[in-house]
Amino acid sequence: MQFIRSPKFFILASLLVFPILFNQIGMSFYLDLATRLCILAIAAVGLNLILGYGGMISFGHAAYLGLGAYAVGIPAHHWLYGGLDFLATTNGFVHILIAIAISGLFALLTGLICLKTKGVYFIMITMAFSQMAYYLFVSIEEYGGDDGLVINTRSEIPLINLDDPIQMFLVSFSSLIFFMWLVHLITKSNFGLILSGIKDNEARMVSLGYNVYFHKLIAFIFSGIICGFAGVLLGNFTTFISPEMIDWSRSGELMFMVILGGVATVMGPLFGAIVFVILEEVLSSITIYWHLPFGLLLITVVLFFRGGLSSLFSK
Amino acid sequence: MDYTLLLIQVLNGLQLGVLLFLVASGLTLVFGILDFVNLAHGSIYMLGAFVCASLTYALDSYLLAVILALPIIGIIGYVFEVFLARPLYSRDHLDHVLGTFGAILVIDTIAHLIWGPAGIAIPLPNYLDGQIKISENIELPTFRVLIIIVGLLAAFGLLWLVNFTRLGMLIRAGASNRTMVSALGIDIRTLFAIVFAIGATLAGMAGMLIAPITEASLGMGNNVIITAFVVIIVGGIGSVKGALVAALLIGLIDTLGRAFLDDFFKIFMSTAAAENSAPAISSMSIYLIMALILSFKPNGLFPPRLR
Repeated sequence: MQFIRSPKFFILASLLVFPILFNQIGMSFYLDLATRLCILAIAAVGLNLILGYGGMISFGHAAYLGLGAYAVGIPAHHWLYGGLDFLATTNGFVHILIAIAISGLFALLTGLICLKTKGVYFIMITMAFSQMAYYLFVSIEEYGGDDGLVINTRSEIPLINLDDPIQMFLVSFSSLIFFMWLVHLITKSNFGLILSGIKDNEARMVSLGYNVYFHKLIAFIFSGIICGFAGVLLGNFTTFISPEMIDWSRSGELMFMVILGGVATVMGPLFGAIVFVILEEVLSSITIYWHLPFGLLLITVVLFFRGGLSSLFSK
Repeated sequence: MDYTLLLIQVLNGLQLGVLLFLVASGLTLVFGILDFVNLAHGSIYMLGAFVCASLTYALDSYLLAVILALPIIGIIGYVFEVFLARPLYSRDHLDHVLGTFGAILVIDTIAHLIWGPAGIAIPLPNYLDGQIKISENIELPTFRVLIIIVGLLAAFGLLWLVNFTRLGMLIRAGASNRTMVSALGIDIRTLFAIVFAIGATLAGMAGMLIAPITEASLGMGNNVIITAFVVIIVGGIGSVKGALVAALLIGLIDTLGRAFLDDFFKIFMSTAAAENSAPAISSMSIYLIMALILSFKPNGLFPPRLR
């Protein structure tokens, strides 16, 4: 009952109700905005699991968004144009399974190497691996290379029609709630406590006999899978995927969301995503050079304003 | 195999290598000495190219433009240090990353506003545009040879500066104990700003050298910075010598991979399969090499001594 009266509930409820209301009175723009917001927030939730709770600063999480989106685009491409019959499908469950498998595998393989390192090495290596994914998709001409791939048919899931913007939004919104709840559960679990322990003092956790590397790796994989899932939604939402989505400035934006919202909080990634999407919309409607005020704002936040937005609400 | 082609490609690889070194050495110097992560280093490389391009058209001389642009970029680096980097030294690396990411957005947009979205080509003077005849049928482009010579000179100059001069001694002393050095009456803040400016100048120089070949363009900084990261990760973050070895290694692997990997694959797979897979593998080659080296040496080839 306490939750219902909290500002968190109010924010979530408005996020659910207002976009649909606006859509019903003909302003479908806000529904699209809210869908995009939810999808980015899911990715931020995934990143927060390792960045916030685990202290692993990954600068390459846009790669998982891209992998997830290509997991929709590539099977749909083959379904329409032939080739690689074992992949060709529009079945949404298969898309999600592929996304989970690929992003999990990518996280496993890169994590095995990244997690041997710490600090700046970790930041730069995650960045380098995401750039590797970027160049991989640029070089595959069958999937559009630099120009990207148009996703002609959205994923088909029984009883749900993703072509309907309202259903697309509801799926994104409920996925967001699900992942926020799931990450919340994880962080309260034994595993999550070990992860926080590693963040605070890795040497102590090693001395206590925990397998630090293994715990970090599991968290890293899980975080990648959440972002991969967000990628499936993003692919279905934009019906277009290009390597540009994997570019490291996208990873930077994800980090910005997590940190601005407040790391290691349940609502933080959502706040961060709200602020980011609104800023992007407002600034880019004023000027096409919106990166200038956005960059200045980012510098200001880093220099003078620390702790994130969540600290304002937790009091 | 065609040895002329091989020679040309090795030359191209060396050229990429020295340019990577010029960018990476600044990064690794700033990290090794100031413990500061500067993502915006690639934007300074880009500024070097654009400033040089504008000056070339204004002065009608590429050589004069470079001579004038180098100190300009140095001053930009100095100002950058004072206003953005210096307040962040005491913070953790995450704040460095976010702050300099913001700086990238700002610098790139300003460059967009000043120079417009299209790239600017820089014409070379005639005496640099020709070919050097090595033997009967081998000719090498003069400018590429010049890039390699200038880059190597800069590399050894930097190693000499850090290891054998009084300034270098102060810099190394400041890196290991900045409180002690400033207690001995050295202005450590200015010293660090000078290090930063040197790093920026080297990156800017790389931009000026590559611009006549590729042209100055908006995305160039963000393309080079990740490769420069790979270089300093492989070389060992903070090691100038490591950066030199790794830069040449990465430059050669990337260039030769793109040129010859499909021929190599054709030895053991069908032509079609080789032509499909070679571009994908060669575009990933430097990252795969990085992964391979890191799995044996997690701190790079020449990890600097712990402070």
